[in-house]
Amino acid sequence: MLFLQSLISGLLTGGVYALAGIGMSLVFGVMNVSNFAHGDLMMLGMYMAYFVFTLLHIDPYISLVLVMPAAFVFGYGLEKMFINRVIHHPHQNQILLTIGLGLIMSNTALLAFTSDPRILTTSYSSSSFNILRDVSVSVPLLLSFMITCVITATLYLFLGKSRTGMALRATSQNREAAQLMGINVSRMSAIAFGIGTALAATAGALIAPTYYIHPLAGHSFLLKSFTICVLGGLGSVVGATVGGLIIGVIEAMSSTYISTDWKDVVVFVLFLAVLLFRPQGLFGKKGGQ
Amino acid sequence: MLEIGNLNAGYGDMPVLKEISISIGAGQIISVVGSNGAGKTTLLKAISGIIRSKGAIAFNHEVISNLQPHAIVRRGIVHVPEGRKIFPEMSVDENLMMGAFLHQKDYRRNLEKVFALFPKLAERRKQLGGTMSGGEQQMLAIGRGLMGNPKLLLLDEPSLGLSPLFTDVVFGAISEIRNSGVTVLLVEQNVYQSLRISTRGYVMETGRIVLSGTGVELLDNPAVKTAFLGM
Ligand SMILES: Nc1ncnc2c1ncn2[C@@H]1O[C@H](COP(=O)(O)OP(=O)(O)OP(=O)(O)O)[C@@H](O)[C@H]1O
Ligand SMILES: [Mg+2]
Repeated sequence: MLFLQSLISGLLTGGVYALAGIGMSLVFGVMNVSNFAHGDLMMLGMYMAYFVFTLLHIDPYISLVLVMPAAFVFGYGLEKMFINRVIHHPHQNQILLTIGLGLIMSNTALLAFTSDPRILTTSYSSSSFNILRDVSVSVPLLLSFMITCVITATLYLFLGKSRTGMALRATSQNREAAQLMGINVSRMSAIAFGIGTALAATAGALIAPTYYIHPLAGHSFLLKSFTICVLGGLGSVVGATVGGLIIGVIEAMSSTYISTDWKDVVVFVLFLAVLLFRPQGLFGKKGGQ
Repeated sequence: MLEIGNLNAGYGDMPVLKEISISIGAGQIISVVGSNGAGKTTLLKAISGIIRSKGAIAFNHEVISNLQPHAIVRRGIVHVPEGRKIFPEMSVDENLMMGAFLHQKDYRRNLEKVFALFPKLAERRKQLGGTMSGGEQQMLAIGRGLMGNPKLLLLDEPSLGLSPLFTDVVFGAISEIRNSGVTVLLVEQNVYQSLRISTRGYVMETGRIVLSGTGVELLDNPAVKTAFLGM
């Protein structure tokens, strides 16, 4: 039963990780940029949900209708102002830039919100129900998982069928050919970064009710998002979805069977193992960088 | 229709194109031939805006030098690149849809035209681009270009790596495309076949135009014969 319990909580949390991973993967696919600010964008999403809740008394899950568009605009602007300038530069320049942007975000958060962790407590934060005698499902995790499913399905539909979504895929498959189709690829980069930011912030807002909200909370999520992307194959959206679920389950299993303190270590070991033995990931076709 | 005057372009600090001047009239097929590394692909990239250039490029009396590539496509210049550059994880249908990115309204009409030109594509609509053979990919690349309503079609080595049978199919298609009213700028290694169907040809060597004339004149030219036709 312990096993089933960990599996269920792992999958539910993994759905949220998948969302963050998809965001990073989309950015990598379309722009060929590794976004080291991804975790910090997630942290900003946590604070957004927190303040919308405490100041406006809007439920964190409802607040997504504000958080998502705000984060999209923020990401779109970041791309236009900064990232766009290094898109044809070597990877180390892009890495330095996104690390710098992330540091600015986390340090601004430290100054503005102090390093005291905050807790977002909703009426259902600690409620759960039993599906079997010894197996319970947490209400906030289940809610956030269901929202994740809706967002992921919408995103798949958007990428699969819409004109802009197809143009994003074309840009990620061959940037030069996409230009020759008349696609404005620099606009696609900004849209991809906007969506990536919106997904990171959404993941942040979704875990806000079950997590400590802290200016440095982004760091462990950056590692998770990277592991998910590498596991799923850099640039693969489907891969990131599966990768997120896998990471969620592995984390829950290691908390149960090893120790909660070890879960980040296990994720990191997995990250290295994938890089060593299957650098193209489970679904990847592009080689890792 | 397309006037190029004193065009210079290159990569970084390295100049490739030197003082290129070319004039293309509507309804013609114009060939550019030359050995490997002469700068033929670079010329097409400069026209379609993939790389920056100095000098004048005018299309239907409008200066288009250094416009963004998508703005150039919008004006009716469509570039089918060397090596096809098919979207590998998109189906034939989706590849053709991307070709129609700026011309959704004409999608059905253009699709019929493309399938009439390359019936093989109509049989493979669901196949992923990346799994097609080289010859099929070339048809798809040309078809995808035609979906963009070209007035001027830039073709970079469409017969590269194709069997004689596919080569004939491609050259047949190029003549049909011209007959349907589209002007063609053709870069080819297959000098004989391309000059045969061309109104005019230009010979490029290390970034310069060294010879030009009608297709027939060039085919009879002793220098062309020794350099390209092995005679
Ligand atoms: N992206 C690039 N960066 C730097 N140099 C380049 C680049 N692309 C081409 N070159 C150089 O520019 C010159 C012209 O190349 P180009 O591709 O235009 O030749 P080409 O005539 O098309 O040759 P081929 O028949 O082999 O296709 C070559 O010396 C090539 O090495
Ligand atoms: Mg070439």
